[in-house]
Amino acid sequence: MKTINNVVCSFCGCLCDDIEVNIENNKIVNVKNACSLGLSKFLNYNKHRILKPRIRKSKEFVNVSLEEAINECVKILSNANYPIIYGWSNTSNEALRVGIEIAELIGGVIDNTTSVCHGPTIIGVQDIGESTSTLGQIKNRADLIIYWGSNPLHAHPRHLSRYTALSKGRFIKTRKERKVVVVDVRKTATANIADVFIQIKPNSDYELLTALRYAVNNGEIEQDEVAGVPVEKIEELAEMMVSCKFGALMFGLGLTMSPGKHRNIEAAIALVTDLNKYTKFVILPMRGHYNVTGANNVTCWITGYPFAVDFSKGYPYYNPGETTIADIIARGECDAALIVASDPISHLPIESARKLSKIPIVTIDPHETPTTRVSRVVIPSSYVGIECEGTAYRMDGVPLRLKKIVDPPDGIISDEEILKMILSKLKGD
Amino acid sequence: MKILIKNGYVYDPLNKIDGEIMDIAIENGKIVESISGEVIEIDAKNMIVMPGGVDLHSHIAGSKVNSGRLLRPEDHYKDIEKKTNIRRSGVGHTIPSTYTTGYRYSEMGYTTVMEAATPPLKTRHTHEELNDIPMIDKGCLTVLDNNWIVLDYLSKNELEKCAAYIGWILNAVKGYGIKIVNPGGVELWGWGKNVKTIDDQVPPFNITPREIIRGLCKINKMLNLPHTIHLHTNNLGTPGNYRTLIESMKCVSDLSNGSIILHVTHVQFCGYKGYSWITLSSGAEEIAKFVNENKYVTLDLGQIVFGDATTMTADGPFQYILYSLSKNKWINSDVEAETSAGIVPYRFKKKNYVNAIQWSIGLEIALLIKDPWRVFLTTDHPNAGLFTSYPKLIAWLMSKKAREKILEKVNKRAKSKMILPSLEREYTFYEIAIVTRAGTARALGLKNKGHLGIGADADVAIYDVNPKEINPSKEYKKVRKAFRKAAYTIKDGKIVCKNGEIAENIFGKTYWVNVDIPKDLLVSTISEVKGKFEEYYTVKMENYAIHENELLKSAPLKINSNL
Repeated sequence: MKTINNVVCSFCGCLCDDIEVNIENNKIVNVKNACSLGLSKFLNYNKHRILKPRIRKSKEFVNVSLEEAINECVKILSNANYPIIYGWSNTSNEALRVGIEIAELIGGVIDNTTSVCHGPTIIGVQDIGESTSTLGQIKNRADLIIYWGSNPLHAHPRHLSRYTALSKGRFIKTRKERKVVVVDVRKTATANIADVFIQIKPNSDYELLTALRYAVNNGEIEQDEVAGVPVEKIEELAEMMVSCKFGALMFGLGLTMSPGKHRNIEAAIALVTDLNKYTKFVILPMRGHYNVTGANNVTCWITGYPFAVDFSKGYPYYNPGETTIADIIARGECDAALIVASDPISHLPIESARKLSKIPIVTIDPHETPTTRVSRVVIPSSYVGIECEGTAYRMDGVPLRLKKIVDPPDGIISDEEILKMILSKLKGD
Repeated sequence: MKILIKNGYVYDPLNKIDGEIMDIAIENGKIVESISGEVIEIDAKNMIVMPGGVDLHSHIAGSKVNSGRLLRPEDHYKDIEKKTNIRRSGVGHTIPSTYTTGYRYSEMGYTTVMEAATPPLKTRHTHEELNDIPMIDKGCLTVLDNNWIVLDYLSKNELEKCAAYIGWILNAVKGYGIKIVNPGGVELWGWGKNVKTIDDQVPPFNITPREIIRGLCKINKMLNLPHTIHLHTNNLGTPGNYRTLIESMKCVSDLSNGSIILHVTHVQFCGYKGYSWITLSSGAEEIAKFVNENKYVTLDLGQIVFGDATTMTADGPFQYILYSLSKNKWINSDVEAETSAGIVPYRFKKKNYVNAIQWSIGLEIALLIKDPWRVFLTTDHPNAGLFTSYPKLIAWLMSKKAREKILEKVNKRAKSKMILPSLEREYTFYEIAIVTRAGTARALGLKNKGHLGIGADADVAIYDVNPKEINPSKEYKKVRKAFRKAAYTIKDGKIVCKNGEIAENIFGKTYWVNVDIPKDLLVSTISEVKGKFEEYYTVKMENYAIHENELLKSAPLKINSNL
């Protein structure tokens, strides 16, 4: 048996890098330090695998060679007028770099899952900036921790123990030295361990954030309650924010995907920015997939924009709402799709998903998903961080190198290698 | 590929060649004595031949640069680059995408660029972007002055261990040198505070900015690094800060034995006299006097260019001040146990009193410092201006008339306070070659760059302007035009640009220092540091280090330390 230390977990945006994995005969037999989600990925990744490339012929899938699958993919992409290339939050930066070059070459649109999760966060930042930090800054300094519209105990189980409320830092060492506040529409598991829980009326985050900002800047709120929260409680929270030494506001999809969207985020950022007049305060999004942050970064440095980039004019063009894939599909504009490391049929709005299933799809993924079921071509790939190396960015932008710890099944190669084969065929090399 | 550049006027200051007509022979990516056989001949008659440009301070890659890109879609819409058969597409304007960055440098005849600041924890990101910048050689300076483990060692005066740790970091993250950014002040910014003088205490480290600068200056020598410490001073962008600058330069005076030991960067931003923005004036005369008298310092300008910029620096507190003044959008991004970063879009305006004074300070310093080997041309891209403005700066330095053209349009009160209108000096082509390539290559310690001697890297720029016929003082527009689009850029012996257009998409090397540290010292230091590291950081020490194969073209410089 062999033990590998300091393995980076490729499940959520926490990218915990202290995982210990025991391997026997190329099989993961034991995992230490991971949360239940990470553990489940390490132990079960090999279930529901796709082991052979396949093409849909008439109505049935037929297993084919990798070369044949690549040829079919190239045929579909080169015959398309306005192809979309989508996914990327569950693969390496290296794979995405190739994906962007493919999109540029064929004049398609490249988008990542940010489109349907933290897209509003990015638009909020583009509007007014943000005061942020890496997670270690919170671990070392934060005496006030606020989770807003996110439930890390379930979605990012080690976030609190590694980076925030329960972590041990240089200046702040214990839970007792930190105040924890949860703002949510229901009493979540995280709310149960908070010092203060503020239950907000659904869909009224913008109002509460605006009221808080007003209170922080010494305004007197005339209503008795805002967003279902008594004014005394708002003033109390404002006071906690102003008087802390280092505050951190972390928010999830409860804020990005409720009505108001990027306006909610702007309100949250503006609140945090104002707080820096009085103390130190930062804001961080709770990013879901393990490399969605990397996907934004790579797309941004190559094209200037972090998601939803349209190359149909021969240069990068970005306009969320127009160049985001859910909208392109809903308008019925795209005529082929390359999906990498994602499952849009499951997570797009139902109308878009239905339309997507009508066009030829090439999917590169290690395992079966509803998207692979409706694809024209399916090419299986290896798992980054388990069966191949790659770079990924933690939710706070800290870049980490993911390791290869076991060999992939016979004949299975990485997303990056598959995409390079497609690119080279498209170029006619 | 063999190339013979024939009959050009060669400016090669490191070899004391000042506009002589010479042939330059290139073989296997190097300058050689002579070549024969099948040769590509370039007729450089009536043209200028110089070594490829070397920029020692520019923000082109890494998390802060990319945050700036993300922040400003409005900036990209107006400046697009289409894909061609040779080049990838991209966008500008103030913060170009990676490919566009490489192409635009190359089009101006630049062949080497140093990214000026990268926090170790995020340097993997910096290298990923550098991997995607074509056309140029590159490297990155590592921000180390507010690093907790470094501060812990410096405060205990354990210099040898500190040096070993810094050597380890540079090896681990593939950095090129020691960058200092508002020493002590950025650590305090972790609490929303800052320092005001170089003798302020930085709790809880029980250390002052003076002690940090001196400690790192000593360590730089102990490690025998090719570049000096690279200092962004305290109080940047604050009226009255020329005194902080002079004190910072003075504070290492006893550490020099005649050699250059300190580089102060974007000096324009620390050349402010006066007590407020209303009374702001230029500290250029005092700074130039000090630098003229003290040979151990080099500077780069950080010259203001009127128009759009995106300010970005690890100096978080300074960026907060700029945000408070401008109310433009603001990004702050702290990095645990290391540093911070701030970003604020900004537009420098001719009619703005402060901006006009800022503009004059850079040029005054450049014109008042006698030795061009110690003052270099930069805009601290994209802070004071864009690197694509370098041809404008060249014209301002070479032509009083070009400066007067701007002076006609600047804020009148500012003009009345400037000494710039009285300065007659005009740079020669030889001096331009020093401040844009020979001097910068020498300051960086890149021995094969910045000159055209036998064995040098075949990085060459050819500009279509006849130095014997033109009068740059009067015909500065022709000079500007020639430097904007090089007739030829040759990189590693390949013609990569022709008539200012990309002819071949190539990738350059990434330089970093591979410091040899005595094994016992390294092992004991690392074992001592490991526990602390895991207390301070949220990543494991093993995962902090970058493997050489993560760099597209790794070019380590083997350094024998004095440890």
